[in-house]
Amino acid sequence: MKKILALLLALCMVFALCACGSSEPAAEDAAPAEDAAAEAPAEEEAAPAEKVRIGMVTDVGGVNDQSFNQTSWEGLQALDPEVFEVNYLESKTDADYQTNINTFIDEGYDLIICVGYMLADATREAAEANPDQLFAIIDDSTIDLPNVACLMFAQEQASYLVGLVAGSVTESKVVGYVQGMVSDSMNLFGIGYITGVLEACPDAQILQYNVNNFGDIAGGSTAAKDMITKGADVIYHAAGGSGIGVISACDEEGIWAIGVDTDQASLAPDHVLTSAMKRVDVASQDISKAVAEGNFTAGVHMYDLSNGGVDLAPTRDHIPAEVLEVVEAAKTAIINGEKSVPTSVADCPQFTLAE
Amino acid sequence: MDKKKNVFTIIAETRIIHILLSILLGFAVGAFFLLIMGLDVGAAYGRLISSVTSVKGFSYVVVYSIPYIMTGLSVAFSFRTGIFNIGSEGQFVMGSMAAACIGILLGQLPSAILIPLCFLGAMVVGAVWGIIVGFLKNKWGINEVLSMIMFNWIAFYLSNFIAGIPAIHSDGTAEATKNISENASTLLSKELIADLGLCPTANWGILVALLMTIIAWLIIDKTTLGYRLKAVGFNKTAAEYGGINVSRSILTALAISGALAGLGGALQLMGMGSRISVFSSQEGYGFAGIVVALMGCSNPFGAFFAGIFYGALIYGGSKLNLVGAPTQLINVIVGTVVLFIAISVIFQRLKYVHINKKPKAAAVQSVKEGDDK
Repeated sequence: MKKILALLLALCMVFALCACGSSEPAAEDAAPAEDAAAEAPAEEEAAPAEKVRIGMVTDVGGVNDQSFNQTSWEGLQALDPEVFEVNYLESKTDADYQTNINTFIDEGYDLIICVGYMLADATREAAEANPDQLFAIIDDSTIDLPNVACLMFAQEQASYLVGLVAGSVTESKVVGYVQGMVSDSMNLFGIGYITGVLEACPDAQILQYNVNNFGDIAGGSTAAKDMITKGADVIYHAAGGSGIGVISACDEEGIWAIGVDTDQASLAPDHVLTSAMKRVDVASQDISKAVAEGNFTAGVHMYDLSNGGVDLAPTRDHIPAEVLEVVEAAKTAIINGEKSVPTSVADCPQFTLAE
Repeated sequence: MDKKKNVFTIIAETRIIHILLSILLGFAVGAFFLLIMGLDVGAAYGRLISSVTSVKGFSYVVVYSIPYIMTGLSVAFSFRTGIFNIGSEGQFVMGSMAAACIGILLGQLPSAILIPLCFLGAMVVGAVWGIIVGFLKNKWGINEVLSMIMFNWIAFYLSNFIAGIPAIHSDGTAEATKNISENASTLLSKELIADLGLCPTANWGILVALLMTIIAWLIIDKTTLGYRLKAVGFNKTAAEYGGINVSRSILTALAISGALAGLGGALQLMGMGSRISVFSSQEGYGFAGIVVALMGCSNPFGAFFAGIFYGALIYGGSKLNLVGAPTQLINVIVGTVVLFIAISVIFQRLKYVHINKKPKAAAVQSVKEGDDK
């Protein structure tokens, strides 16, 4: 009897512990989960075939990465639930990509959106093996197949705009730039940013650092603090999760940080100047709608300033009005084709990380 | 002696029941959370079961379970020899990287030579990774748990470093190694996969895992080597008094444990991944091995089945999103199962103390036994 009592007590404690421990993620998950649960039964009543089913495969960052995967999923969730059924599968390891893609293929999804260039090889393989299945991949342009749409972003344009902002607001004339990894596509961030900074402030010194990791928060923080001691008063990062460290370091030291990919103002509302946004959500919505309307097109879909695919984040309260005017003018000039942002290292000798 | 044997049989008998009960309770707690979130428990668990019971689903489960079986075996083996091998994560990573290097650089060799070479390389590197820790323990008495956790990170960054070397790094845009040569792949032939309706990554690694399970069991239970290792695990001082070289036994145990984890890395790479990505976080195969070893009662065959069960949870769990349930549910279930297993061990100790009112020495031994399991 005593033992049963003890067991019950232990059970209570465990429940209490579990409840405390996981209330936060549970709450986070509850919202999308409920949405999906609400959709599922409705979908069973109506003829399932009428809905367009969109499956999204995340990279190892997971769906709550406060970046790409999350934005893209939020975009999909905002789609009309009457027309679309959306779902995601998270990848825990590199080996999960193929399994997750195959799960959606087996389930008969209409379109599979693969988030991030890490999935390029798995996507190519699956697309070759299943020529009738439609795919979209974000941030990769290497797949040239009739059933794959490559959603690309002009990251140099967004970076150029934040570079203008950074060059205009810096007082010490020292700005920082932290990059997550050196690759042709990542380098575009640095090239755009540096071009922008130098245009706004020709004698600015630009400190550059490559963390060589997208998930190293401590590394990002160390890099930013180093730049701050060297006098930087604005730091831009294109370093995924490592950038969270950059922003928190700037927040601690009281200087400006510039976010990337999504509006990162929520990470440090007082010290995030703005963010260079890539509208991954718009891109995933567009391709989903295209599939629904039957006009899916393969090949590279370029999202840039002209179609609203990249831009400054909506959070611009900390930017002086005259700087915003400069930015808007530059934006119009780029859209009208009067101005172009360099895309190769050769055109931006000040960018030193590629060496 | 009769009394003592009796108690051990009680433990051996009740443990399986306790494990099953813990698993059941884990699912109950999972259901509880699903209810709190207002989700359909039947749909979620139905999906979990249906996605692992089809032929294709089960072949996925088997493929997914191979690394868990191997790290589970590795940890179980170390538990039986009185060491807590929390370093199987690093040994797994190193083994996997060794196999990748061999599979990429010596890709021209025929399968019959290349595959055993990859296995061997992975086992040797995994064993070395374990031996270093054992050496630190023997030489300077550094706690093996601490150094193992650090060695996990050394392996992590070393693997990322090696993946960045031009000869190994992918030619394309991927932040990963090149794919290993097809000669090093353990995949079943495409025709066979199509005929049997298996998953595209179906491979024969499971047979190696089964073989290793049998070998681990033979070593632990049927050889003098195993007897020596276990004796050191039960009581170091007594073993030394009995003429066993304790330092060497610890090294041997860690080497075997590390080799098992390293081979797990090779099997995972050659059967499923075929490349190693630049890690941004630990993949956790080694840590999962601790759970598997616990669920398998530190018995090699137990670890084999627990590994398959764990693989089923991971694979089936990844599909939960499709019915609107969060995949994190699996973590809740696994965490709860481990908690209840830990609780059940305490209950067994209480029971033991209850039965044996006076013999203290035996009680100490039983507590040790509990630790080892």
